[in-house]
Amino acid sequence: MLEVKNIETFYGNIQALKDVSIQVSEGEIITLIGANGAGKTTTLMSISGIVPPRFGEIYFMGKPIHKMSPNNIVSLGISQVPEGRRIFPYLTVLENLDMGAFLRNDTENIKRDMEYIFELFPLLAQRRRQPGGTLSGGEQQMLAISRAIMARPRLLLLDEPSLGLAPIIIRQIFDIITKINRENKTTIFLVEQNANLALKVANRGYVMENGRITISDSAQSLLSNDKVRKAYLGL
Amino acid sequence: MITLPEIKKSFFVSLWFMFLTFPIMVVRVNPIEKAVEWRWKNLLLVGVGSFLLSFVWRYLFKRKEAGKKKEEAGYDSGAKSFFHIILAEPKIYKPFLIGIAFFALAFPFIFSIYQTNIMTTALIYVMLGLGLNIVVGLAGLLDLGYVAFYAVGAYSYALLNYHFGLSFWLALPIGAALGAFFGILLGFPVLRLRGDYLAIVTLGFGEIIRIILENWNEFSFGPSGIANIPRPGFLGIEFSLQGATTFMYFLMIVLTLFTVFVVNRLQNSRIGRAWIALREDEIACQAMGIDKTKTKLTAFALGATWAGMVGVVFAAKTTFINPASFTVWESIIILCIVVLGGMGSVIGVVFGALILILLPEYLRAFSEYRMLIFGAVLIIMMVFRPGGVISSVRRTYRFEGLTGKRDKTGI
Repeated sequence: MLEVKNIETFYGNIQALKDVSIQVSEGEIITLIGANGAGKTTTLMSISGIVPPRFGEIYFMGKPIHKMSPNNIVSLGISQVPEGRRIFPYLTVLENLDMGAFLRNDTENIKRDMEYIFELFPLLAQRRRQPGGTLSGGEQQMLAISRAIMARPRLLLLDEPSLGLAPIIIRQIFDIITKINRENKTTIFLVEQNANLALKVANRGYVMENGRITISDSAQSLLSNDKVRKAYLGL
Repeated sequence: MITLPEIKKSFFVSLWFMFLTFPIMVVRVNPIEKAVEWRWKNLLLVGVGSFLLSFVWRYLFKRKEAGKKKEEAGYDSGAKSFFHIILAEPKIYKPFLIGIAFFALAFPFIFSIYQTNIMTTALIYVMLGLGLNIVVGLAGLLDLGYVAFYAVGAYSYALLNYHFGLSFWLALPIGAALGAFFGILLGFPVLRLRGDYLAIVTLGFGEIIRIILENWNEFSFGPSGIANIPRPGFLGIEFSLQGATTFMYFLMIVLTLFTVFVVNRLQNSRIGRAWIALREDEIACQAMGIDKTKTKLTAFALGATWAGMVGVVFAAKTTFINPASFTVWESIIILCIVVLGGMGSVIGVVFGALILILLPEYLRAFSEYRMLIFGAVLIIMMVFRPGGVISSVRRTYRFEGLTGKRDKTGI
């Protein structure tokens, strides 16, 4: 479904990604784990076109997207939950969700999707008229995920959904992520620092170090991989 | 109750003010008699005045803090201002609006030409404010060179009329189009800039336009400007001075209403929502599939269109233009109108323009202190009503489930 082929991405003169290749098939949960500054977020930004790669190619459903602008990539069905949530603080929860559906015109279905989201996150339904900025961290993360789902993506890019959240909330959010994957057949690309949790929900995983993919394997075998256990699971 | 520490505080405030205003209020040098006048009575006035005012200030401040706490505690009623209550209730604001409409229609027939002229100027600034409101209030792009587009409009009419004898009515859309064109011209290089950097580049752009107009004599006749720009006629009728002034006034009323209508529609449209998203978070905005480039450029272009259009009207109204009318100071006044009135709020901007333009005109009696009062009003505003006189209330979506209707409410 998504094929990243040898991309190299730069911030000015600084190379953030070196020869990164990733494959995601339809319906999977894929995770990309690594330490701070490994290039995980940059990989997502390259896929969504916000920081386009300088070299290499990215194909989505067979179409080259590495030269497309972010809005065209979103319209193909790739939706991103940016790192640090980045909800619109002065817009209400409803308006935030409405922004997620910016490229859609099917009012009826948008309504239905909002209902679905309020079933998924009853907390958000209670706070629908509140400005996004007044929500707690966990609620904001839920809102950020919901906003991305409102675009009805085929591929959902999640950037560190566990960032700065309490363990119990993280667990809830991961439950929802697997639920979205199962119920909507949404393919999920999950970038995480919390390797343990990420590998437990994912089918396959990639490990990133200093801008390179160093290991790629099924989530099961990564969990039992000695190197991974030492470096990322603290075991 | 007034307590001792409060009196002490006020006492120090009054001392401080006496010290600050000493050079301007007390000392007066009389160069003819070569003597220094000491006006000690003024010192006393300042002292007593600031002593009393500091109590009022603290009282208002306390009330504001109390209001904020109430709001945080969840009382909704305290958050609504007097204006918003009026605006939310059609029974109250409808007669009010009708009253204003009649007053506006009768204005040139009740008051003198001079007053009508001032009102026309105020309306010009209303339109400028509404245009800048698109860029600053909605899209959140701080533009300090807005006056450049105003100049483009004014010079496009003046020059097209001078060289080709183009009429006002033809120049009006041309001026608007040129304004939009220059808006895009400015928009391209600043696409990647935000905040302070954007402000500096736009400031530079405004100055470039003014300096070109000032120095390119063959093109714009330099600082001496262009005179004898014809006033607009209507269906071939030539007006007397009185008639022309009245006509200008009504023309501005129509244009202002048109602007209010369009800006209102824009605000609630798809592009309006994109602007608001862009203002709040650029990266999130891109992640939602909003085209950043297009959204920014349309904000600049649509904002500049109004300035271009009003520029044409300005040239026709004054019949003489030169670059001195388009200094940075103009940009700053327009920005003040938007900030003071309430960023993103159409009615707020209208009020802001009327206050900021009419107030100085009617304060001519205190002309020496005009700037002082102006500054004081701005400071007081920012302390007590940081959102502007009438802060913006966006339409918010109501969502009543599948069976209910998804309607829009608000103002």
